[in-house]
Amino acid sequence: MNNENENFLTGIKKFFKKIFKGGLGQLTIPVIAIALLVVFNIIRDPSFFSIAIQHNNDGNIVLAGNLISIINGASELAVLAMGMTLVTAACGGQDISVGAMAAIAGSAFVKVLKSASVINAPIVLLGFLMACLVAVIFASFNGTLVSVFKIQPMIATLILYTCGRSIAYWINGGATPTVSSPIISGIGSFIPGIPIPTPVLIVIAVAIIFKLVFHFTSLELFTQSVGINGSAARLNGINSTFIKLLSFMILGLCVAVAGTIGVSRLGLINHETLLLDVEMDTILAVAIGGNSLGGGKFKISGSIIGAYVIQMLTITLYAMKVSSTDVKAYKAIVIIILVVIGSPVIKAKFEKLMTHMKNRKKVSVKGAQ
Amino acid sequence: MQDNTLLQMRNIDKLFPGVKALSNVDFTLRKGEIHALMGENGAGKSTLIKVLTGVYQMDGGEIFVEGEKISIRSPQDAQNNGISTVYQEITLCPNLTVAENMFIGREEGILVNRRTREKLAAKLLDELGIPARSTQQLGSCSLAVQQMVAIARAVDMKCKVLILDEPTSSLDDKEVNMLFDLMRDLKSQGVGIIFVTHFLEQVYEVCDRITVLRNGELVGEYLIEDLPQVELVSKMIGKELDELSNLGEIEEKEIENKEVFYEAKGLSSSDALPFDFEIHKGEVNGFTGLLGSGRSESVRAIFGADKVNGGEIKIKGEPVKITKPIDAMKHGIGYLAEDRKRDGIIAELSVRENIILALQVMKGFFKPISRSEAEAFADEYIKVLNIKTASRETPIGSLSGGNQQKVILARWLLTHPDYLILDEPTRGIDVGTKLEIQKLVLKLAEDGVSVTFISSEVEEMLRTCSRLIVMRDRHIVGELKGKDLNQAQVMKTIAGGEAKNE
Repeated sequence: MNNENENFLTGIKKFFKKIFKGGLGQLTIPVIAIALLVVFNIIRDPSFFSIAIQHNNDGNIVLAGNLISIINGASELAVLAMGMTLVTAACGGQDISVGAMAAIAGSAFVKVLKSASVINAPIVLLGFLMACLVAVIFASFNGTLVSVFKIQPMIATLILYTCGRSIAYWINGGATPTVSSPIISGIGSFIPGIPIPTPVLIVIAVAIIFKLVFHFTSLELFTQSVGINGSAARLNGINSTFIKLLSFMILGLCVAVAGTIGVSRLGLINHETLLLDVEMDTILAVAIGGNSLGGGKFKISGSIIGAYVIQMLTITLYAMKVSSTDVKAYKAIVIIILVVIGSPVIKAKFEKLMTHMKNRKKVSVKGAQ
Repeated sequence: MQDNTLLQMRNIDKLFPGVKALSNVDFTLRKGEIHALMGENGAGKSTLIKVLTGVYQMDGGEIFVEGEKISIRSPQDAQNNGISTVYQEITLCPNLTVAENMFIGREEGILVNRRTREKLAAKLLDELGIPARSTQQLGSCSLAVQQMVAIARAVDMKCKVLILDEPTSSLDDKEVNMLFDLMRDLKSQGVGIIFVTHFLEQVYEVCDRITVLRNGELVGEYLIEDLPQVELVSKMIGKELDELSNLGEIEEKEIENKEVFYEAKGLSSSDALPFDFEIHKGEVNGFTGLLGSGRSESVRAIFGADKVNGGEIKIKGEPVKITKPIDAMKHGIGYLAEDRKRDGIIAELSVRENIILALQVMKGFFKPISRSEAEAFADEYIKVLNIKTASRETPIGSLSGGNQQKVILARWLLTHPDYLILDEPTRGIDVGTKLEIQKLVLKLAEDGVSVTFISSEVEEMLRTCSRLIVMRDRHIVGELKGKDLNQAQVMKTIAGGEAKNE
């Protein structure tokens, strides 16, 4: 046990060495944040991260515990953060209507399921495709305002932020219909025989799809070029209007996935509460991930870690018996700290300090000689 | 010291790290005089202005206003001494009224109520003959009127010295005349005006005296009638006319009778007036003219960089449409932009990514260049062009200017263009790299690539180009080749001594 502890400590030491050398680049802050939260929780309650193997209500063998519920709970956020990263990089602004759009996509999904007599796999697939179609259409509306009409993203998406949930309300005639089917609960919680929550698997799938898209297209290079220097990108023949619009459409697909997960979790669509206030957490995830909210270079992985940081923070606070009304305030404090540490001013100060310390070391070595 | 001397700057020195921006410069401005400050880019005009307005601190020298020695440490000091500046870009608030703009930020403005303020403003506008109402929103006025309001504001602040920095660059002819009338009016009231511009003809229209700077040194002060336009140009560029004529015949470069690669008739864009142009396969030609003469705008029109308004274009005799950069690229045209920072580099991306960008765009969205292929391309061009970079993954923004330029060159060379447009590829880079780029241009031409080469340095163009198109005030005023390719002839044509091909 003692030995293990030592190994653990040297591991941490090595890890921090790497961080302080700046070896992680823009991922430094989110990784430190995760590490601190983990350490904090282990000290507070050593059993916090223990994973249990349980039988759930359906009699399946599943994994359970705080760690699982953190990773599971962050799924929608992680998917949205991936899409938001692209929009941020290309347009230098954010879409604040993702929550409302998810409600629309979720409503469309449920509408299709409700119109069928039996809920089987093809119907669920059809519903999901419908959700994708609807979300992409609405996202393209946002994207057109931003890319063609050059409206600031936050203003352009304020329209759907305001009216999106009303549109969702109309889709199902104001009702909050429930859908119950093994397929839906399979999407929202567990597929029989697989102990990992399905939303987690979906996040992994989406991340892989992103990776594949980056591998098989020039999306990453073009998006970064448009975001860093639009004028130069244009003179190199890049259609920046299209790239910006495309980023919104991809975000639309992410919204449809997140909406579908959200609906499947509860087995009903509540257009008023589905993914409520998720937009701000999404933007935060992107920011915590070390991505500039002004656009340009980006790392999807940073945003995913950012999403888990936010979720871990929330769960930690709940575990500490902080009342749900107070959680937001505590969250805000931590986020202020994270964002300030990641700010260019602090980074520059830190680098100065590091070079100063290095120089002093050199001087003292020379002095010794 | 003469009685009517208003401002005297003596032995002004200004150092920047590694560069002497001004060395021992004198400048004298008299009452009721419009004085042009001339020089090519980097001559020290704007540094001198910034010293005078307190933006920079001078490192040596003295400044006198009306015979009294003053020290200028901040723009506020300059203003208190009666020195006001109106910049090229309007620095007023477009969403406030004309009257508010005239009084904003002035102590007496706080105590004056709106009505008196508007009355005072109206009176001044009337006196100066500025066609604006005092209650009108500034943003609703034309640019010229906004500029005039800025001048009125300066005049009302009891300015003795008025500096106009490129005031006419965004005005049309009629507006320029309005501005000139105002300047003459102020001159008759005894204000001394320093006029900075790139337009030679405007200098001769409105100014009394000219001071020429070159490489941070004073060339001389001249009365306008003593300095013909041709001589002004030679003084700005730095070669005496006689000396140039004695350089003898420059080696004649024959344009081979090869096929015409690109041909434009009546091509015009949002920024370029209609012009005709053609270039042969393997030819190096140049566009020359002073800054603002329209040379960059013309080549941008060829590439479709600005909104193309009209014109017929043929490539290898086939009519084609080029309205945006990707069209031009697909027809084998590459364009290295004049402003490397703004239009060239993607600063935070690596050298590798910057090199493959144009080729990637041409290959298309769904055919990404693989990482290993991209690395091979990057390594190849880093070696061929001798690009000094820590690695191919270094962000291009951290390279020196010359090496950034080489990366952008590599980007276009990688697309294997048939026609490459290089707009000021050698600006702001060291001599060694300049020569490398010139050699590269000649080698490309040997390989059959057509090249348009633009440079502010005429010598450089004479060395590389076999044909020069000369522009002045947005018009093509001449085309030089063969034995006419010498500096004297270029300068004469720029100055308008022997304009032809109008």
